[in-house]
Amino acid sequence: MITVKDLHKHFGNLEVLNGINQHIKPQEKVVIIGPSGSGKSTFLRCLNLLEKPTSGQIFFEGNEITAPKADIDQLRCRMGMVFQQFNLFPHLNVIDNITLAPITHKLMTREQAKQRAMELLNRVGLAEKALAYPKQLSGGQQQRIAIVRALAMKPDVMLFDEPTSALDPEMVGEVLDVMKHLALDGMTMVVVTHEMGFAREVGDRVLFMDGGVVLEEGSPKEIFEHPRQQRTQDFLNKVL
Amino acid sequence: MLSAFLFSATEVASSTIFDQWWLGMKDQAMAGQLNFWQNIYKEIYQNVLYNDRWLNYLRGMGITLEVSFFAALVGLFLGMLVALMRLSGVKPLQKIAGVYVGIIRGTPMLLQVLIINFGIFGSIAIDRVIIGVIACGLNSGAYVSEIIRSGILSVDKGQTEAGRSLGLSNWQTMRLVVFPQALKTALPALCNEFITLIKETSILAYIALTELTKAGDYIRSKTYSAFTPYIVSGILYLIMTGVLTKLLGKLERRLRQGDNR
Repeated sequence: MITVKDLHKHFGNLEVLNGINQHIKPQEKVVIIGPSGSGKSTFLRCLNLLEKPTSGQIFFEGNEITAPKADIDQLRCRMGMVFQQFNLFPHLNVIDNITLAPITHKLMTREQAKQRAMELLNRVGLAEKALAYPKQLSGGQQQRIAIVRALAMKPDVMLFDEPTSALDPEMVGEVLDVMKHLALDGMTMVVVTHEMGFAREVGDRVLFMDGGVVLEEGSPKEIFEHPRQQRTQDFLNKVL
Repeated sequence: MLSAFLFSATEVASSTIFDQWWLGMKDQAMAGQLNFWQNIYKEIYQNVLYNDRWLNYLRGMGITLEVSFFAALVGLFLGMLVALMRLSGVKPLQKIAGVYVGIIRGTPMLLQVLIINFGIFGSIAIDRVIIGVIACGLNSGAYVSEIIRSGILSVDKGQTEAGRSLGLSNWQTMRLVVFPQALKTALPALCNEFITLIKETSILAYIALTELTKAGDYIRSKTYSAFTPYIVSGILYLIMTGVLTKLLGKLERRLRQGDNR
């Protein structure tokens, strides 16, 4: 579904990504872990071109999205993204947040979009908040709505950029629950996270990134129980 | 002067009660024996009531409002355009916008008005109101563009990223996500700019447009009262700016409905 070839990203002289090769299969759940500054968020943001790669190629559903003529907006319609800071639109209420993109893209009529939004809100247990504004909601609620907003576009892949890092501890669970359900429904997911429990439970494959490269990858069992690299062991000792 | 005025006053058919009052105290006025309140009445009578002079102020105020309104529209449109040009990332557009803002902010408005009036439209017969709208609009646009630009820059980068990640184009994200938020932040400063604009149209008195300041000045040239006509004009300015402040305050409260209540 997504193929990454020799991806490099520099910010000035700083090399953040140093040659990444990956292939993500449909329905696969890939979890990316690693110390801060290891380039994992940058890698994720390159996948939908929020960061422009310095060099390398990315293919999505057979098309090269790093090609100069690629239609980035069209690609992003099929790639949902959830941010650490939720980034809900504060001037719109919940339902408008969710329906803005589908209506603007004319994927659905206003009525259809609203109906779908309410279905999704029901699924995450926030239907009664449809008319609330983001600032009236808790962080956990906001993040669940951000997930719904991305899902409203019916994406093929969901990218999660540390979705629980900005949450109070007691709200982490509700967001992870939504993500687990999404995983069970068969969504292809790429998740950057510090939640090792989630990585172990949901991930099909775990990537450990350090210094702008994927240092080690494998099933959660391999990575968490038998890490081969010293760096991976050190990291896991610190966070587990 | 006073005697000339008094003389003409007697010639007018004394129709209203105000004229009657004045006639009643005219002899005392000739003798310079008016008390404090009578003096005030004399000022008001001469500068406002006599010969329907209040109409001059109202007409002036009408022109001030007309020029301000259309200049504000021009300024707002121009300001948005220039702000977007400066943030477009396209070098030539940024340059043009930068030069425009630099020139307008770096030279006196009076000079700009004179150049537009005598320089650009010097040999063209054109309504001075239109010249006023162009001059004030051009001037205001530069300030508005800076206000809107800072408003846009104050919107969190994550908002743009969220919009783009949903497949919205750059322009759609700007229009649907960033701009509404930027406008809300910029509203108090914009309000200030509109109030400034209303007051600054007074510079147009310099090119003989009989807006409110010129209207007061005209009355002063008739009555030689150094104070009262300007005070009357001033009160009318205060009413206009006061009403505008109230209206924009209301709008601002409506836009704040997304905030915590």
